[in-house]
Amino acid sequence: MDREKRKHETPMAKQDVLERIHNFYEVALGYTEEQAMREAQRCLQCPNPHCVEGCPVEIDIPAFIKEIKEGNFLAASVKLKEKNSLPAICGRVCPQENQCQVLCVLGKMGDPVAIGRLERFAADYERMKGVTVPPKQESSVTGRVAVVGSGPAGLTAAADLVKLGYEVVMFEALHAAGGVLMYGIPEFRMPKKVVQAEVDYIRKLGVEVKTNYMIGRIYTIDELFESGFDAVFVGSGAGLPRFMRVPGENLGGVYSANEFLIRVNLMKAYLFPEYDTPIRLGKKVAVIGGGNVAMDSARSALRLGAEEVLIVYRRSKEELPARHEEVENAEAEGIKFMFLTNPVRFLGDESGWVKGIECIKMRLGEPDDSGRRRPLPIEGSEFIMDVDTVVIAIGQTPNPIIQRTTKGLETTRWGTIVAKDETGQTTKKGVYAGGDVVSGAATVISAMGAGKRAARSIHEYIMSKKGA
Amino acid sequence: MYEIVTKRELAANIYLIEVAAEDVAKKAKPGQFVILRLNEKGERVPLTIAGLDLENGTVAVAFHAVGRSTKKLAKMKEGDSIHDLVGPLGNPTEIAKFGRILCVAGGVWCAPLRFIVQALRDKGNEIVIVAAGRTKDTLVFEKELKELSDEFYVATDDGSKGHKGLDFLKDLLKTQKFDHAMAMGQVVLLQTVTEITRAHNLKTMVTLASIMVDGMGMCGACRVTVAGETKFACMDGPEFDGHQVDFEELIRRQRVYLPEERMASMLYEKLGGMKRG
Ligand SMILES: Cc1cc2nc3c(=O)[nH]c(=O)nc-3n(C[C@H](O)[C@H](O)[C@H](O)COP(=O)(O)OP(=O)(O)OC[C@H]3O[C@@H](n4cnc5c(N)ncnc54)[C@H](O)[C@@H]3O)c2cc1C
Ligand SMILES: Cc1cc2nc3c(=O)[nH]c(=O)nc-3n(C[C@H](O)[C@H](O)[C@H](O)COP(=O)(O)OP(=O)(O)OC[C@H]3O[C@@H](n4cnc5c(N)ncnc54)[C@H](O)[C@@H]3O)c2cc1C
Ligand code: FES
Repeated sequence: MDREKRKHETPMAKQDVLERIHNFYEVALGYTEEQAMREAQRCLQCPNPHCVEGCPVEIDIPAFIKEIKEGNFLAASVKLKEKNSLPAICGRVCPQENQCQVLCVLGKMGDPVAIGRLERFAADYERMKGVTVPPKQESSVTGRVAVVGSGPAGLTAAADLVKLGYEVVMFEALHAAGGVLMYGIPEFRMPKKVVQAEVDYIRKLGVEVKTNYMIGRIYTIDELFESGFDAVFVGSGAGLPRFMRVPGENLGGVYSANEFLIRVNLMKAYLFPEYDTPIRLGKKVAVIGGGNVAMDSARSALRLGAEEVLIVYRRSKEELPARHEEVENAEAEGIKFMFLTNPVRFLGDESGWVKGIECIKMRLGEPDDSGRRRPLPIEGSEFIMDVDTVVIAIGQTPNPIIQRTTKGLETTRWGTIVAKDETGQTTKKGVYAGGDVVSGAATVISAMGAGKRAARSIHEYIMSKKGA
Repeated sequence: MYEIVTKRELAANIYLIEVAAEDVAKKAKPGQFVILRLNEKGERVPLTIAGLDLENGTVAVAFHAVGRSTKKLAKMKEGDSIHDLVGPLGNPTEIAKFGRILCVAGGVWCAPLRFIVQALRDKGNEIVIVAAGRTKDTLVFEKELKELSDEFYVATDDGSKGHKGLDFLKDLLKTQKFDHAMAMGQVVLLQTVTEITRAHNLKTMVTLASIMVDGMGMCGACRVTVAGETKFACMDGPEFDGHQVDFEELIRRQRVYLPEERMASMLYEKLGGMKRG
């Protein structure tokens, strides 16, 4: 979507570029009440809204926007939460341009209602006012469910199950709950206090959150059943970094995006030495890849003080999988893009630190399975580029430990857990899975959708088991 | 929060603490490690399990106070609490009947070795232990290791006690037949031991303490090259066949954060040493 076409959309204030590249505060500042109401006015309140079809969790979009239009901000949030338990998060990170907004009638003319920004506004408003926790419903159901992983999939499943009346224990391997929202997506895009507010909410609903429990090491799934759980939901995500398998990849200064982002976000290396964890960064940083992870790494590197940050991507700008808004932000901040280029090896200095990349130029061939045109190397086009830090952001695959330690849990050759899309049911009785561990690295909202569907089928499963 | 239940100084700057972590104690096995985070601003510090007390629900670890985090930990007292403790992590040591086993550990690593050897002994193995140290002051658990072993040697780099250096192992291997070997300690120690055992084709498992962040396979900071392949020490190890390990790469990767570690340690000594946190 071109900027020029969006002439009616209410712009959202952002932190000034020259300032924000020196700090980790949130870039997008959100709508004021007036701005939100003005933007909400633009919604045509279609009787047959297409936008809803684009929403993976089927939020009643016109209804929540109508509440904003009328100034009932808390009611808007309640409306959102009927379908989406994490609106403050989705409003910030969903790829709305490919989901709801692309189907908006106004969107057909390139100027859709800014649904994501309105969602964020309503959720932030509620958080500022103080979230009320619904009183625990009287419920006749009994049963215990273990939720493995505290990312969007696990949070959603846990919330839905506890609301149904189950006793829910959520196990998280890291010291903080929230999944990628905590350890991956940077503060300037996803403030950690927003994530923690969501985790606190889940706790207040009655979910027991156990951090520092790595399932597969401390307990196997079978041991969870033995200890009295009736069902298990696995939402362990896709956290295993992929490397390029080219020479020089283990040089100092070559990071996986996960290492880079975990150091920066989870461990707060940007506040070293106040915080204990350091991050070593050079002057010229190359980030390999073109997704959200690559954008987040590049923009973090810039904020850590790199003089020059380059994104090296093997396809062209058209194919960049990152959210449009983040690509725009990255460009505005001065990140340079090198398209149709792929590393073939990394070169090091005497001390074993990276000092350059040998790259090869690419061209686009026929479309591949993903529908995108396949990049092909142009022979003889190799060249060397000087850099002193590299971040590899070419994707993540599922964390393998649970798959390795659970008998009867079928996996694919990509390491994802086999689970039915509509129910999350795996090949092992009582075990349900969803989110990135099933789909491979995807989106927050798709993980939430999977968590929701799994919660519903776990409920059915336990009811039928107990009924029998 | 995880309370430090007991604390003992084993040698100058080397401590053994027992931390309340009942669930971990129930499941941990010799050769596995835990990761501690001392406070909310702390880094994640991996330490090898040096013992378990099932009755009291505690996990023992021994550490050498070498940098900011371990010096901070050394300042903590019995009754103080550690913010986070996760474990068990890594794969357990293979506890099987091998026959005669050569075990070499340097300095603080004698503590986790003791825990492993207890299990190996229970399997009916014959145990030969070499406790190594830079000087005689960095040796720990000498008496206990001696009691656990069929043969016991001490070696120091400066010759202040026992053999000077590990060269004597060459002769030992000429006169005795071993079925298995293991080494834990600084990389140079692992390198020296594996070079000596290589000549005798004696399989030697070495514990690789590469730099770790999460310790659960998510970052790749710990990657090492073993038999030409990249492995994650936290998930695939921490023990590997020493004859297949690229030690030079490991040494280079361990040094990556040296400037920051020095700075943090200096700042800590100068500013924070007296205060907590
Ligand atoms: C840097 C980055 C930026 C992104 N940006 C966007 C964006 O802008 N928009 C968008 O929609 N999506 C984005 N994504 C993708 C999105 O974050 C993921 O699709 C989503 O978080 C998946 O949710 P999940 O619940 O399946 O898994 P995760 O969020 O990965 O959570 C899984 C959790 O399980 C824990 N775990 C793993 N193994 C175990 C175990 N054995 N025992 C206990 N706990 C375990 C992990 O520590 C983790 O906390 C981004 C991803 C990254 C990495
Ligand atoms: C799986 C594993 C198990 C370990 N078990 C033990 C143990 O049982 N007892 C123990 O004392 N230590 C152990 N270590 C090493 C321990 O984690 C480090 O010494 C500790 O992190 C140092 O933190 P620091 O802030 O005090 O020192 P830093 O300031 O981080 O480092 C101080 C000095 O120690 C060196 N160093 C840092 N990390 C390592 C490392 N991983 N390996 C070798 N040298 C390092 C640095 O190069 C520097 O010279 C283990 C490490 C791993 C990965
Ligand atoms: S420490 Fe992160 S993958 Fe091993």
